[in-house]
Amino acid sequence: MARLPEFDALRDQARDLKNHILEHLDLYLEVFERNVTANGGTVHWCRTAEDARRTILEICQQKEAKTVTKGKSMVSEEIALNDYLEANGVRPVETDLGEYILQLRHDHPSHIVAPAIHLTLEDVSEAFHQAHQRPKTSDPAALMREAREMLRKQFVAADVGITGANFLIAETGSTIICTNEGNGDLTQTLPKTHIVVSSIEKVVPTLEDMTLFLRLLARSATGQEFTVYNTLSSGPRRPGDQDGPEDYHVVLVDNGRSDMIASEMREMLRCIRCSACMNHCPVYGAVGGHSYGWVYPGPMGSVLTPQMVGLDKAGLLPNASTFCGKCEEVCPVRIPLPKLMRHWREREFEQHLSPASVRGGLGVWAFFAKRPALYRLLTASGSRVLRLLGGKRGRLAKLPLAGGWTDHRDLPTPSGTTFMQQWQAQQKREHRS
Amino acid sequence: MPEDRSRPVVGLFVTCLADMFRPEVAFASVKLLELAGFSVEVPRSQTCCGQPAFNSGDRADSAAIARQTIAAFDGYAAVVGPSGSCIGMLHHYPELFSEEDPWYARAQELKSRAFEITDFLSRHLELDKLQSRFQGKVTYHDSCSGLRELGIKQQPRELLAQLPGVELCEMEEAETCCGFGGTFCVKYPDISNRMVGNKVGNIRNSGAQTLLGGDLGCLLNMAGKLKREGVTIEARHVVEVLADMADIPAIAEAARN
Repeated sequence: MARLPEFDALRDQARDLKNHILEHLDLYLEVFERNVTANGGTVHWCRTAEDARRTILEICQQKEAKTVTKGKSMVSEEIALNDYLEANGVRPVETDLGEYILQLRHDHPSHIVAPAIHLTLEDVSEAFHQAHQRPKTSDPAALMREAREMLRKQFVAADVGITGANFLIAETGSTIICTNEGNGDLTQTLPKTHIVVSSIEKVVPTLEDMTLFLRLLARSATGQEFTVYNTLSSGPRRPGDQDGPEDYHVVLVDNGRSDMIASEMREMLRCIRCSACMNHCPVYGAVGGHSYGWVYPGPMGSVLTPQMVGLDKAGLLPNASTFCGKCEEVCPVRIPLPKLMRHWREREFEQHLSPASVRGGLGVWAFFAKRPALYRLLTASGSRVLRLLGGKRGRLAKLPLAGGWTDHRDLPTPSGTTFMQQWQAQQKREHRS
Repeated sequence: MPEDRSRPVVGLFVTCLADMFRPEVAFASVKLLELAGFSVEVPRSQTCCGQPAFNSGDRADSAAIARQTIAAFDGYAAVVGPSGSCIGMLHHYPELFSEEDPWYARAQELKSRAFEITDFLSRHLELDKLQSRFQGKVTYHDSCSGLRELGIKQQPRELLAQLPGVELCEMEEAETCCGFGGTFCVKYPDISNRMVGNKVGNIRNSGAQTLLGGDLGCLLNMAGKLKREGVTIEARHVVEVLADMADIPAIAEAARN
């Protein structure tokens, strides 16, 4: 970050620009569609994940596609595209190295930028050995060559290429993917049909606006100054073009995002999927990405997942945070992630979704906290009990009903009567003298 | 003691953990505030800042507790407390009211004069007045709320730098959460344990004999883990050292006979 002294200024600019875009999202999306159409492509509007899956399958079926290559796309994970295509006779081949490894293992991403970060070299070596039927090697460079060789054939054989998009550019009707492997380029230029699957909040007004986000994205995602391949696609091959697809489709997925615009979760739509929040999250570091149970892990996932799968199913996620605030500190578009997680907790509380034990305990505590005289009696007696239990040791190794604490650490016991008791006694003494 | 009318009066926000678990932290705060030239009063209608309710999504109880706290500290030149987390909560109070609500303006006004203790001392205390017999190597844990909501980082270090007996040995990842997180530590004990385990590793590697911090929640968590692992490093609130009160047993330490 020392090499990007204007980082904070860029973040402010990015936050403000994103807020402006969200304010006029309909306008920019319409401009985007107009320009995609003018370039000879087709935009498909999909309200739900199901709509998006079906739309993509229909395009594949029209093209009688048997094999589709895929660039890395979290939206395609979000709509569970691979399983759907496979069940309908279209074979998807992931071409991002991490995603490719996961596909061989029938595994899922644990991170949005480095999807296979939970695997070891040995895991990869074994997966390649099984799938490719080649002698086993644990040399990373050899494994890379092997993957490249296998994927080359797929790139050439594919009937359709599906990529995601990091940004959609309204003024030119372009989409851009940022990769470090170059697999996206082959995915989108070699097959006859290119399908871009993206979510609606990724639109930016101009190419210049895009460059602001490209700088923030690379720096926040991997610490690079710029991602290695930043590939724009702006429609099908034109007369005279040396390569490019004959058909170009953009599938725009809403999947709950319009609802978010009108809600207190709106700020989450600024997210550019850089993964900085999870990279810095001590909870993510302790539990890993799969523990989040769905596509998006880490703090951004704890905000997005309840929106997309339902608070009743994903209510634990926004609760599993200490609110340490590190995610907000590093977010390149300044999303107040702890505040948004707290909003979910508020909805959970309002809808009586939080566990009865938590609500009950909180209710009793709040009853006293709102009545200072009773509260002082409670703390004085609580202090007394803990001191009696702790004796002279100053701590407890076990305490009934407090296993959550004492299973892992000792509980320090109060060092004396409460401050309020001692202070009052002291004030009385001074008053008398 | 007759009230010294010439001194501005500060209201001490005791914090529920200092009140119940470590009253010495509140006494040390009083001592330091008086050293800085203030009179200290302790409003009896204070309880807790309301953070457990706020972070559990219970806005109604949070707002009720906020109103009670705002009223309790009406009229003081400043509200000072030995916790970045609790004072940070006072700074959240305006979020609990709509802007038309008269309590909103009162919450804003309280926020403008609510300070964490080391922050307040670094603004008002003539540093050469600090005197402490404390001798030893210390390491400082930056508690999350104080660090990120109130910008508490250099303040405690500046104050400690005035004490000739204190040698500060910074730990790795001093700014990483210790895994306390209020009710988080009992709702998600295994995750919390992993986090405090990492923290204890960093504390041990710092070479310090004493762990200091500005928030009792984190300190109780880290002290409890240090004890459980049989580590002899002591844990104290920073004000105990600053107020020359570090002769009392450290957190979770047996009373001396």
